[in-house]
Amino acid sequence: MFDDYFRQYALIAIFAGGAVLIPLSMLLISWVASVVRIRPHKPNPVKYELYECGVQPIGPTRWMQFNFRYYMYALLFVVFDVETVFLYPWAIRFQHLGLFAFVEMLIFVLILLIGLAYAWRKRALEWE
Amino acid sequence: MAFLEGNALFRNLYCLLAGNSGNAQHCGRDGLLPAGWEWLAFALVGFAITFLLLSAFLLLTMFYTYLERRLLGRFQGRIGPNRAGPFGLLQPVADAIKLLTKESIVPQGADWLLYNLAPLMMVVVMFMVLAVIPFGKHTFIADLNVGVLFIIAVTSVNALAVFMAGIASGNRYALFGGMRAVAQLISYEVPMVLSIVGVLLLAGSLSLVEIVEAQVIPFFLLQPLGLFIFVVSASAEMNRPPFDQLEAESEIVAGYHTEYGGMKFGLFYLAEYAAVLTTSGVIATLFLDGWEGPLLPSHVWFLMKVFFLAFIFIWVRATLPRVRIDQTMAFAWKFLLPLGIINVFMTAAELLLFGHEEAGGQGIVLSTADLWLMSVVNFAVAVVGIGAFSRLVSLRTPALPVSAPKPSAAEVV
Repeated sequence: MFDDYFRQYALIAIFAGGAVLIPLSMLLISWVASVVRIRPHKPNPVKYELYECGVQPIGPTRWMQFNFRYYMYALLFVVFDVETVFLYPWAIRFQHLGLFAFVEMLIFVLILLIGLAYAWRKRALEWE
Repeated sequence: MAFLEGNALFRNLYCLLAGNSGNAQHCGRDGLLPAGWEWLAFALVGFAITFLLLSAFLLLTMFYTYLERRLLGRFQGRIGPNRAGPFGLLQPVADAIKLLTKESIVPQGADWLLYNLAPLMMVVVMFMVLAVIPFGKHTFIADLNVGVLFIIAVTSVNALAVFMAGIASGNRYALFGGMRAVAQLISYEVPMVLSIVGVLLLAGSLSLVEIVEAQVIPFFLLQPLGLFIFVVSASAEMNRPPFDQLEAESEIVAGYHTEYGGMKFGLFYLAEYAAVLTTSGVIATLFLDGWEGPLLPSHVWFLMKVFFLAFIFIWVRATLPRVRIDQTMAFAWKFLLPLGIINVFMTAAELLLFGHEEAGGQGIVLSTADLWLMSVVNFAVAVVGIGAFSRLVSLRTPALPVSAPKPSAAEVV
């Protein structure tokens, strides 16, 4: 049999199964309603056109050019999310680690804050 | 099984089925199933509590959609839904029937798999958060020792679901909505995750049950800045107004769910409202002392806290106008992130200053008097910090490059 520790994760797995099943069953009920003709199904080419405020879309609609600024935010996100990943174990253990860990983490975050200040200065945080 | 002790919901059902066999010291009576079938009992009970909890949660979410529409009506000086059933209470049921019987239209050029998977994924994410939240004393699905991390990991999948919906529709507005959504969601994830670090410093554990038990005085007194950052960034994560930039009707129609209709739209709708309740649950657990409270049963206290927080979210929605996208992003990076870092190091420094180390490997210990002192200091720092940073980070509209010519006196008349 499982260890107690893994039993918790077995419960989470069962819960995930239930969590998938319920929205899936909603979609299935909707599908069954269309089989028994409660839900209408009247195909019409106009219905399947893309919504573009009543005009026909011109050119490619899926893979378009997008603005570079999204990329800047993604880069910043990676830096600061990794920082918080390091902060978590530090925070859990802090009551035992004391002053040394405090100073060490302060130095680490300060280095990253210099990076934030640089990005701020270079107007990478502006939405222009 | 040691974790049976803490999980009353699970234990009672498990004892009914499996009984003494295998774990005589816990149940003290015979079960319905013969010996050797404990695994079946485990699986059956797992499914039972899963569906019990999810059905209860769905009912609460339906009630919450009614509550939100009704209260928004009141806030805006109108009546709100009042036709279906007494006081309009059956309005969510009517909505569900309507959405179930709507024609399903998949636009041409849409990626069928991603298009159908996105709403499903969004709802599953919102449900999964419930797996680790303690709803009352000894009432939870699983008490993971990495509970907070589990919540963060699961909710960050939300950004993926939104982007999937945006890109699978094959629509420009949906794509723009998805892009904005991802930019906003990842920007607000950083301050949200940072604001929890203060709680972890005080509690010293990632398990939500242990965090509640560690709250000698509720953490919203000790972490006012953390609570503020968490509430703001959580409402941005949920795409709630005033940060509902990604579905700004005037700019990008309905954002990522422009092309969705019928029950698939219904799932987005469900996920959006379920998110408010789960987030309120997380805030109640982390900052408002979870299920603890005098006199009333623990579950009632938890529900009261959740609906109080949900009411605040409705209130904010009714009060504040939508902020522009540049203001939204600047707010995350220039205001919330520095404040979050200040909060973390302030809390750590206070632990070192006010705490005293005791023999016996307990680490830093704070007395209740120390905690109250800390609370006063933290409130002062929160007020000063928010005031100083809102001056420093000006979110005013930049002056237009070309100013309109001033009307002469004759024209004004």
